[in-house]
Amino acid sequence: MALVLTEEQGMLRDSAKSFLADNAPVSELRKLRDTRSADGFNRGLWKQFAEMGFIGVLIPEDLGGMGLGLVEAGVVMEEIGRNLTASPFLASSVVAATALLSAGTAAQKQATLPKIASGELIATLAVDEHSKHNPRNTALKAEKNGSGYTLDGAKTFVLDGHVADLFIVAARTSGAKGDLAGVTLFLVDAKTSGVKVERVVMVDAHNAARITFDKVAVPESAVLGKVGEGLVPLNAALSAGRVAASAEMLGIADEVFTRTVNYLKERQQFAKIIGEFQALQHRAAHLYCEIEFTRSAVLKALQGLDEGTPTAIGLASVAKSKAGATVTLAVQEGVQMHGGIGMTDEFEMGFFMKRARVLQELFGDATYHADLLAQLKKY
Amino acid sequence: MTTATAEKPELKTFREETRAWLEQNCPPEMRKPVTSEDDVCWGGRKWKFSSDAQKVWLERMAAKGWTVPTWPKEYGGGGLAGEQAKILAQEMRALNCRAPVQSFGIWMLGPALLKFGTHEQKLEFLPPIARGEIRWCQGYSEPNAGSDLASLQTKAEDKGDHFIVNGQKIWTSYADKADWIFCLVRTDPQAKKHTGISFVLFDMQTPGVTTKPILLISGKSPFCETFFDNVRVEKKNLVGTLNAGWDVAKYLLTHEREMIGGIGDRGAAKPLGVFALEQVGADAQGRVADPVLRAQIAQFEVDEAAFRLTMERAMDMARAGQGNPAFSSVLKYYGAELNKRRHELMMQAGGSDALDWESPRSREGALARAWLRTKGNSIEGGTSEVQLNVIAKRILDLPGA
Repeated sequence: MALVLTEEQGMLRDSAKSFLADNAPVSELRKLRDTRSADGFNRGLWKQFAEMGFIGVLIPEDLGGMGLGLVEAGVVMEEIGRNLTASPFLASSVVAATALLSAGTAAQKQATLPKIASGELIATLAVDEHSKHNPRNTALKAEKNGSGYTLDGAKTFVLDGHVADLFIVAARTSGAKGDLAGVTLFLVDAKTSGVKVERVVMVDAHNAARITFDKVAVPESAVLGKVGEGLVPLNAALSAGRVAASAEMLGIADEVFTRTVNYLKERQQFAKIIGEFQALQHRAAHLYCEIEFTRSAVLKALQGLDEGTPTAIGLASVAKSKAGATVTLAVQEGVQMHGGIGMTDEFEMGFFMKRARVLQELFGDATYHADLLAQLKKY
Repeated sequence: MTTATAEKPELKTFREETRAWLEQNCPPEMRKPVTSEDDVCWGGRKWKFSSDAQKVWLERMAAKGWTVPTWPKEYGGGGLAGEQAKILAQEMRALNCRAPVQSFGIWMLGPALLKFGTHEQKLEFLPPIARGEIRWCQGYSEPNAGSDLASLQTKAEDKGDHFIVNGQKIWTSYADKADWIFCLVRTDPQAKKHTGISFVLFDMQTPGVTTKPILLISGKSPFCETFFDNVRVEKKNLVGTLNAGWDVAKYLLTHEREMIGGIGDRGAAKPLGVFALEQVGADAQGRVADPVLRAQIAQFEVDEAAFRLTMERAMDMARAGQGNPAFSSVLKYYGAELNKRRHELMMQAGGSDALDWESPRSREGALARAWLRTKGNSIEGGTSEVQLNVIAKRILDLPGA
């Protein structure tokens, strides 16, 4: 498949671009932050997202979605990145939907996916237990208890956790922390007794949560996929999440870069347009290259996951690692090249820097994924 | 949930036929990784094939026109569409087939002749390039005119039906091994520096042409100084319009940049991580025992993968009519820097073994010599700084200093 968007994908990008720029620009995130919004996102906007079909982009048409692929989800994510739009799109429409699509029974899909597609139900993945991502270190215990299971433990960095209706929880049914096998996914209703949710407002004014599971009883039917083999759907969900987060980082990097280059063309110092200075030209040109390489890596990974190519997991790691490094460079150069104004809260550059830091950390940072790639290549 | 569109039936058939043909016709010796520069076939009048397999492989590919798959058939090419050429490249990679011939004629002069040459020039020069019969060198750089290429001084005087060329070129790659040269000469000394230049072709055996190799830090001399003393060049060998050779030169440079940028993609014998594992040894988890080196290799591989995918995307974009000629500077800049980084890491992984300069065990210091050679990648074909200038001005549209 050629590494260019198809005509339909280009049209989707154009519609996402104008919709998000008109309805959810950076100033909306500022408003959510400054008004200390209880939800941390705009439910009215979320409804519009549903009407546009975005929320169900990955969900099959017979379950109320658009039946498209990750390339299309990535196109939306890139525009979300450009505008720093706060929404449960990544957590619910991409990560949770992928886990359900990958391992759900017909009944599980029927019960959840149409509601996810309509925006009526927000689902999210609860995987991390430590400050650094590593699913192998899952320790939250799920013990067989009669006909069901009892969950005990805690999760952190759960995206949109305090507004979620459904958690997909990675729990250990056998083995010990550090083992690859023995992890099982469970579907847990947020209202189940014993589930305690603590909202975390992050540095970027987006939502995450710490969640405690205190003797939470779930039925057998809550198991998503096979017992002890949760890594399969977990990896599918994480890969989708990683690549979608990479697309969002690409959108941020590209937006920050565009703003910075425009600034270089208008700002005067020492009686010159600062864009005339070779020191800045070379840094801008280098950053341009990095963004182009990131775009290729992200598109290839999105396509690879859609096509189910055997190398897709590695491509996802390349994308996440590359995008993490590039967006970090982009926001740092963005602040530096804007000078003092780049440091002010009033100016939007800092919002991009904060969001980039969160996305870099999400589902494994650049070094985590370089390491994963080395493991895949056996060195 | 898939967006994959299945390959069109005619392309699928082409892929199957291509694979079958390659399996049948590519000798096994030509499916092993290139381990040194001597394994590479350059062709030309003076070429001595390193094996029968090398000769047979070139002849078979040339007969199909697949040394230059997208060139028209009448000029010795394969007449393939872009999509077909991509499939051919993919299938060759899948079988580890070596390039049948490497050639400045294929990479650089050919595309320029296809765009600027007359039908007669194309008929005369392109088929021998496609067959690997004539080896070309490039007469661009001159002493004191390196990055400032257009300040070149070699002059060609108009003598009616021919020019008389006098001057000196430098950094002429493989001039001592080449049969012909494509050369920039000043035909109007009064004009502004970009507008008085012409692009001419001549045989290196013409009286008055001499070359002298320049020894490099790698202990080799791929480059030469080349001298022209009253060299007679027929007017029919002027490519493009008189005094408008800069257009040809610029066009050709974009191809040179892509070629140099692509260096890292060719000839890499062994994955860096595997090489490091052999050299440094493994820890208890089977990882490269030096964790910092392992991390550097992994990060290098991320960048390299992203770069390779960008080469692929650039071709796909060109096919889709979304290409930008200045993008060759992106590939040249980053490809050169990556290739340097790869060789630094190979030296680091190789340790003291990599320092061996002249034993058979080290294949006469192949690793160290290759490492030193790569330092030129960010200088030749326009320095990295020149490429960054091009990107800043022609892509980002930043103001000229």
